Amino acid sequence: MTDAPRPYPGYDVLAKWDTPSWDAITREVVAHRLDRVPERRFFEPAEWETLAALCDTVLPQPDRERPIPLAPFVDAAMAEDRTTGTRWAALPTMREAWRRGLAAIDAEARAVYGRRFHALPADARESLLRAIDDEDVRAPEWRDLPPRRLFRHVLANEIVRIYYAHPDAWSEIGFGGPASPRGYVRLSANRRDAWEADLERPKRRSERRK
Amino acid sequence: MTRGIPDVRATEGRAPDVFSRDGWVPMRSHRDGEDVDFAIVGTGAGGGVMAAKLAEAGFSVVAFDAGPFFRPLADFASEEREQDKLYWTDERISDGRDPIELGSNNSGRAVGGSTVHFQMVALRFRPEWFLARSALGYGRDWPVDWREMWRAYDEVEDALKIAGPVRYPWGPRRGRYPYRPHEVNASGLVLARGAEALGVGWAPCPIATLSAPRGRAPPCVYRGFCKIGCSTNAKQSILNTYIPRALAAGAEVRDLAMVARIETDASGRATGLHYHRGGEWRFQQTRNVVVAGYSIETPRLLLNSAGPAHRHGLANAEGLVGRELMVHVNDAVWGTMEDEIRWYKGPPSMAVTEHWNYEDRKDFHGGYAIMSQGPLPTDFATSMVGNLGAFGMDLRRRMAGYNHMAGLKIVGEVMPDPENRVTLSDETDALGLPVPRITFGYGENDRAIGRHARGFMSEMLRAAGATDLFETTGTAHLMGGCPMGFSPQDSVVDADGRAWSCDNLWICDGSVMPTGGGVNPSLTIMANSARIGHRIRALAARGELARAA
Ligand SMILES: Cc1cc2nc3c(=O)[nH]c(=O)nc-3n(C[C@H](O)[C@H](O)[C@H](O)COP(=O)(O)OP(=O)(O)OC[C@H]3O[C@@H](n4cnc5c(N)ncnc54)[C@H](O)[C@@H]3O)c2cc1C
Ligand code: SF4
Repeated sequence: MTDAPRPYPGYDVLAKWDTPSWDAITREVVAHRLDRVPERRFFEPAEWETLAALCDTVLPQPDRERPIPLAPFVDAAMAEDRTTGTRWAALPTMREAWRRGLAAIDAEARAVYGRRFHALPADARESLLRAIDDEDVRAPEWRDLPPRRLFRHVLANEIVRIYYAHPDAWSEIGFGGPASPRGYVRLSANRRDAWEADLERPKRRSERRK
Repeated sequence: MTRGIPDVRATEGRAPDVFSRDGWVPMRSHRDGEDVDFAIVGTGAGGGVMAAKLAEAGFSVVAFDAGPFFRPLADFASEEREQDKLYWTDERISDGRDPIELGSNNSGRAVGGSTVHFQMVALRFRPEWFLARSALGYGRDWPVDWREMWRAYDEVEDALKIAGPVRYPWGPRRGRYPYRPHEVNASGLVLARGAEALGVGWAPCPIATLSAPRGRAPPCVYRGFCKIGCSTNAKQSILNTYIPRALAAGAEVRDLAMVARIETDASGRATGLHYHRGGEWRFQQTRNVVVAGYSIETPRLLLNSAGPAHRHGLANAEGLVGRELMVHVNDAVWGTMEDEIRWYKGPPSMAVTEHWNYEDRKDFHGGYAIMSQGPLPTDFATSMVGNLGAFGMDLRRRMAGYNHMAGLKIVGEVMPDPENRVTLSDETDALGLPVPRITFGYGENDRAIGRHARGFMSEMLRAAGATDLFETTGTAHLMGGCPMGFSPQDSVVDADGRAWSCDNLWICDGSVMPTGGGVNPSLTIMANSARIGHRIRALAARGELARAA
């Protein structure tokens, strides 16, 4: 596995918390996200094991002491039946798609490696998901579940949406984050406002320059 | 979710003051048993404009929306997941050869409709598109003269104080835009460089966000969260333009009111609406019904409103309701720039080229506009998952380049095809209403547009200095489903938006568009609705609201 990217070491989007870049509702929503990680309500313990391992494969965080919680928010979305508005005709309803999807991933791991998905090492989990995305599957659980559609557009889609809605992910990619009521004035390339963090230039840039 | 969706707000003679954090404005209220002049279903681009136009013409109006009545200053967070509350997220079945993404991609549910989270691009149709069939040889003609539409565009551009260039480079000469153009952000200037290198024109994109203060709304602060709702009110959505106007003119708005069925009598005329609000089913009497629920919910409502004289669904004698559903090709090319672009600063699309809308030497019908891009993090990340299958450290590394990315995306015309359609499935939703099924597949011309555009955008991006290019495909917007046309055999409504087979039923939203054009649809939907509003007023003045037999 390659190393985690760190283009903006030392940048913390939360440093703007008490500035005019953050309004009351945004503070409230983000505080809720940070402080109130939901308890498991929807998935069974065995499903949860697969889910947690799936999240950890779709977005591995070996670099973080406190990883961004992903599985709890997937579980919460299921418990609240928080659908995206699209039910792909080839797939069952959202909750069923998740339940059957996790079961199929687990069955695939047993079919290929003889072990449950969460018991596999990280690189095996990753190559298993690659194979699933390539529709190269063996387990009978996939019979009426299109693997790529399910993996990309339902499972990974939700996990990725949760990850990149977290302030730690914003800091990771150097995103300015919330900006209301105060937005930005300087819009041109390589310019930033006084209240934008003075980010260290991404490494790749200086490397390229030389 | 912490705040989520507020409870019913517009009730007991008052409605939210959208320019305040917790204030109210007075609202005229009607009883269910009162025979109002017009009951409007949906308060988005089409329905919101219509509510204002009809109330200002002196009619009594009640406008229903299934969604909540937000106050942007207090309710809209700078956070993508929280803002899912703006979308129509009830599951709808997406089927066909090329099933389309629904929900946040094309369907809003709020007072103000999808304009609450639209990206504000405000472009007009090319005049010839209103005669696409007879002048350009594809699609359908609109039963409307382009000059009438252009007068209506003037009207709605002024109502939204569109900020745009003094001279727009394409199409017939037009007056200057009401407000001056915004400074083009770094992402837009990438498009400009690419266009100049390839010798095609470009312009600062005309957009519906203020470049100077207007009443109680401040100018845009370039925070870039437009697509998940503007928390400053700079964005000129229907929610903070036509809705306040409608209320001031005496319209009633009912939020969180889902209309399930239009009742018709033995003669086939509409008599009222069955709707669900506050946990109970109710019935509003009315002399006229206007439907503006957008291209899925409008057909769904009509199909679910069979009556004694409308056996196969309201206004569906010819089986046309729900057909010719269109989207836009929304393919894109992305690349990495040496410069730090930070494309999240400013509205997402600040520069445009309509070159391929106005150039006819090409090997496909229709056209496309190219716009600069600035997706928020989850939006961009999920498009890489969906298109490239990127995940794991690979995805994290790609996302680490976020501040150096630039992208170009098209709004490309899709041909009307009767097989692309909305039907009712056997499943029912929480209210017991049939869940819609959307069947969609691209035709050969649609694919040719995508191919051509991806090739051209790649050249543009390379010329602008981008490296590591990659492509994504997708669709945006909805149009059609209840086309307007020339006869009951070819369309659901006539040029006045009036149903051929029900003379007190009108449709004024995106569903009546006979073709989709190569530009974002909302300005055309608003202009068409304003135009229909004028027609209704004229018909009423002549005593012709009921069609002569
Ligand atoms: C993310 C996004 C970005 C966009 N960007 C642009 C852009 O930059 N420029 C542009 O021109 N267009 C853009 N659009 C498209 C534009 O917003 C829509 O085309 C336009 O709003 C459609 O107008 P409408 O009146 O037909 O429907 P809508 O504006 O969607 O309004 C329909 C309303 O009807 C309500 N409704 C539906 N059914 C019922 C029912 N049965 N009972 C009660 N209420 C009901 C819904 O809740 C909704 O509020 C964008 C759309 C999206 C989703
Ligand atoms: S960039 Fe402008 S229009 Fe967009 S959300 Fe910010 S203030 Fe509103």
